[in-house]
Amino acid sequence: MKPINEMNVSFFSRSSNEGFARAAVAAFAAQLDPTVDELSEIKTAVSEAVTNCIVHAYRDTIGIIYIKAQIYEDGRLVIRVRDKGCGIENVEQAMEPMFTTGGEERSGLGFTVMQNFMDRVRVLSHVGKGTVVTLYRTLESRPVGND
Amino acid sequence: MGVRLTLREGTLTALLSGEIDHHCAKGIREEVDKAAGQTKPRRLVLDFSRVQFMDSSGVGLIMGRYKLMQSIGGIVILANLPEKIEKIVALAGLDRLARIERNWDHETNQ
Repeated sequence: MKPINEMNVSFFSRSSNEGFARAAVAAFAAQLDPTVDELSEIKTAVSEAVTNCIVHAYRDTIGIIYIKAQIYEDGRLVIRVRDKGCGIENVEQAMEPMFTTGGEERSGLGFTVMQNFMDRVRVLSHVGKGTVVTLYRTLESRPVGND
Repeated sequence: MGVRLTLREGTLTALLSGEIDHHCAKGIREEVDKAAGQTKPRRLVLDFSRVQFMDSSGVGLIMGRYKLMQSIGGIVILANLPEKIEKIVALAGLDRLARIERNWDHETNQ
């Protein structure tokens, strides 16, 4: 199935862009007429994925984060957050609740939050090449307009 | 993002506002820790009534303040959590580390 709408945005992995990234995706997702709760959960999941790129993928450097968001006719929202950073050696371990390599002030709950707030989370990573996190969420609420 | 700190009768209250993410967690942490280090309160109240957004960076922030308060023999109270933020707090099991108060009045500290 082809998406009926798509947006792409890329930006430097500066922490000041975390707010921008989740607001951009939320503004795009708004055309699916989500509830306040749905929108808040989407923003939180995007914030987690983007923060991972900044804190882990591009740890001591500044790289580019790419977000692609797509809307499908059946109300499905697919958000892909991609980086060309260090990659994750052990994805399974990284997704375990409370596991973190981010130090004391990181909770290790990023992937747990994504999994709780989205229908499905897919992670593809290659060490030295980067990571793609894809977030899937179907918005039940109301049908999409045709424009 | 802002934090307004008040100290009254051994209770340090941090009235947080705006969005809590990784970007602004550091600033909040520094302000709260500085005040707590100087005043050594018995209770640290983190008041979320004016917080519009929080991701897991906020969980790390709460866990860190819990450890800090534990080290000086005090407790952490999470006050006035909006429903969507309480969801993350529960997911992280923070209700086991901190007291949750839904109707906290910072005028009377209860």
